[in-house]
Amino acid sequence: MSNKTDSNSYTIIFAIVMVIVVGSLLAFTASSLKPNIKENERMEKQQNILYAMGVNENEEGSITFISTEKVAEAFSTKISEQIVLEVKDGKILKEMNRDEFMAANNNKEPYLIDVKKQQTRAKNGKSRFLPLFKGQQEGNTVYVAPIRGNGLWDAIWGYVALDTDMIIKGVFFDHAGETPGLGANIKQRYFMDDFYGEKLLTEAGVFKGITVAKGNNDPKNEDKDDYEVDALAGATITGDGVSAMIKKDLKLYLPYFKNLKK
Amino acid sequence: MGLLSKKDAKLITDPLADNNPITIQVLGICSALAITAELKASLVMGIAVLFVLGVGNVVISLMRNIIPSKIRIIVQLIVVASLVIIVDQVLKAFAYELSKTLSVFIGLIITNCIIMGRFEAFALGNGPWKSFLDGIGNALGYAVILLIVGFFRELLGSGTLFGIPVLGDPIEKTGLYATGYENNGFMLMPPMALIIVGLIIWVQRSRNKALIED
Repeated sequence: MSNKTDSNSYTIIFAIVMVIVVGSLLAFTASSLKPNIKENERMEKQQNILYAMGVNENEEGSITFISTEKVAEAFSTKISEQIVLEVKDGKILKEMNRDEFMAANNNKEPYLIDVKKQQTRAKNGKSRFLPLFKGQQEGNTVYVAPIRGNGLWDAIWGYVALDTDMIIKGVFFDHAGETPGLGANIKQRYFMDDFYGEKLLTEAGVFKGITVAKGNNDPKNEDKDDYEVDALAGATITGDGVSAMIKKDLKLYLPYFKNLKK
Repeated sequence: MGLLSKKDAKLITDPLADNNPITIQVLGICSALAITAELKASLVMGIAVLFVLGVGNVVISLMRNIIPSKIRIIVQLIVVASLVIIVDQVLKAFAYELSKTLSVFIGLIITNCIIMGRFEAFALGNGPWKSFLDGIGNALGYAVILLIVGFFRELLGSGTLFGIPVLGDPIEKTGLYATGYENNGFMLMPPMALIIVGLIIWVQRSRNKALIED
């Protein structure tokens, strides 16, 4: 190291130049790639919703979404209605269809509603929007609802397809940063498939939710009346997060499903 | 290796065994514990580190004469962080599927002490070509240990390799499970990675007594 690079003024100038160069480089990369990234994320949402509904190209064991070329068409044909509920304190204030919602919200598609933002709104005592996507699965009407919560390290989220009795007809989970091989396995098919057929409501119609349970006596998950799904080894906190987001977010839709039955 | 001089070749081969970053230099242990529950994650992490360490070492080496020594650690951190973020953004835009697989590794790469360790110990004092070879060598040495640990943890913990069942079906009780064998769930816990790394260190040092410190 020469004396030149040890002086205070050199250090400060170097730091300033470095910050400006690196900052503008990152800003340039981020802003020039933003449209592509947004488009990818939009298609991913459509793929996830369709996956939960059972519209996918799955082979044994693996997760294969409907391809990005076909997703836009599939989304417009398989999702017959996008419904938005405005709720506050467990009561539905307003039920909107896609056109009504878009007219009131700068032409924003209901499936692009940011669940996290809506959760913050509810926390601050405001009303929140709950999107619901209606489609058909094997001749029955199913409704797909988004959910979001916290895993061990970061956010986890998903989409759950429900029939009119709030019995699960398919799920999709994803995560921002759970541990590979442990918590990240909530995104594996063997975990997600376990949820199929599980009930959220008791016989009396009370919302009970589903618990991702350790020491479950039913590892093959044949018992669909136990409100439990076998947990993943080494992923206790992530599993608890899945139980919590199912209980908390899907309960909000209970009034809507009760109205359907009337 | 006709392409490389003997000295240069040593930069690649040394970290694979006698100067292994994990077992000898004790760098990169944290990520070795975190992501070796399955082979696939070990492999992806190995490749990602190979790329970042190779390129990062060259960048730091090129800048070695102008970096002020007082803030060199911060400069190193900025170089590796921006490198990783740019790659992440490009992947998100053009190879979205791949970026989903890699996303969990981004944080682990930036904070991986192997990268800062090699910048500090080698790239700051050597030319770009040598630094590149050192980066590749150390990343390979790191990947080898990751794969060994991942192999044992996935095989004994889940009975699979790269997600493919190799010991039969634990629920249907076929294959090895028919004899009463059970997966060891404890293997999936991070402490077991430490124990396996310990066993590797033991084997390595008992084979080469020169590695034993007092």
